[in-house]
Amino acid sequence: MILAIDTSAATSVALVGDGIVAEAATDDTRSHAEHIGVFIERVLVDVGVTPDAVSAVVVGLGPGPFTGLRVGIAAGITFALGRDIPIYGVPSHDAVAVGHSACTVVTDVRRRELAWTAYRDGVAVNGPSLTTEGTLAVDVDLREFPEVRATTISAALLATAALNRIERGDDLTSLTPLYLRAPDATPGNGPKRVSG
Amino acid sequence: MNEPLVLGIESSCDETGVGIVRGNTLLANVIASSMEQHAVFGGVVPEIAARAHLEALRGTIEAALREANIRLRDLDAIAVAAGPGLAGALMVGVGAAKALAVALGKPLYGVNHLVGHVGADVLREDGQSIELPTVALLVSGGHTSLLLVRDLATDVELLGETIDDAAGEAFDKVARLLGLPYPGGPHIDRVAVDGDPAAIRFPRGLTLPKDLVHHRYDFSFSGLKTAVARYVETSDDVSV
Ligand SMILES: [Zn+2]
Repeated sequence: MILAIDTSAATSVALVGDGIVAEAATDDTRSHAEHIGVFIERVLVDVGVTPDAVSAVVVGLGPGPFTGLRVGIAAGITFALGRDIPIYGVPSHDAVAVGHSACTVVTDVRRRELAWTAYRDGVAVNGPSLTTEGTLAVDVDLREFPEVRATTISAALLATAALNRIERGDDLTSLTPLYLRAPDATPGNGPKRVSG
Repeated sequence: MNEPLVLGIESSCDETGVGIVRGNTLLANVIASSMEQHAVFGGVVPEIAARAHLEALRGTIEAALREANIRLRDLDAIAVAAGPGLAGALMVGVGAAKALAVALGKPLYGVNHLVGHVGADVLREDGQSIELPTVALLVSGGHTSLLLVRDLATDVELLGETIDDAAGEAFDKVARLLGLPYPGGPHIDRVAVDGDPAAIRFPRGLTLPKDLVHHRYDFSFSGLKTAVARYVETSDDVSV
């Protein structure tokens, strides 16, 4: 079975395989580290299997708020390491595009910015990129690729997207998050005044 | 009888640390540091530290397993630094530790990392190990804390800590305003050995009698930093 984890928006964990889908999810976009362990345990219990029934891990790579995003990827990495099974990284927007012929997946990445990816038949044709609320229509043709706005990402659909991509022969070995932004930091420039 | 085999993950600041112990014997201690990436910014940048933790996670665990010559399934428990520290950095270790514990079906212990600093003493190879109860003073770039430790696992009381900068942080900030490369604390520490402690009258925080009322066991270093800054700005000839 596949254990799928996405923490790019809220937290969603799914155990998928053999015609079974168990999912544990919340719409809480803050407490990823609190939920992650409990949710993984819950889907295993719901299906009635032990961790050795998991044969692969799929993690959502974002885009999304960084701190939460990393929790899910870190959890996926160690679960896969602990069971000695493969792990696959998939853009989180792929999960939303499942079942749409053409669409633009749009998610909120805070600081009044949106992340978007345009898909045709589940294949990303443009993005992921950042934009602002007013300029999305400038970045992408929303008549050809209608907007699908997502506030949560389903780990079960992420697993579906991963299976589709593995079938197409895509390389899903990279686990680098889709940050799309450089870290906030300004180089210190020599002596700095701290008084007065 | 074998003592418990425990793997610990630490990601509270700019180092990803993975340690493996059997009882009080250290089997592996592998550290990946992102310090060089922070140098140009003159201090630890939380987001850079957090990104580096995720990148280093897998390799650090694998290196520790090799060093200890054990497999993950041999472990009896997982431990993780649960704070204090940089939130985004800590969350990488916490998420990793939780999933690893579930994957292995082993218990997970969240550890206050200040207690971890004190607890490290039981791993010493020579000399006498810590005797409890004890009062521990932690001094580093991140900490200036005074702990009363009656039992490492169950009874640790924070007596006091810095109310502003950590001691090492004060060193680094002073070094920065003197234009020394990061981390500049060690440079100051080195030249201070031959310095004249009475040459300039710098303040010592929380040493007045009235400070005993609310800050008996606390420390303060930001006033010292500000005083050095003023001194540097009003003196033409300052070199270290
Ligand atoms: Zn520390």
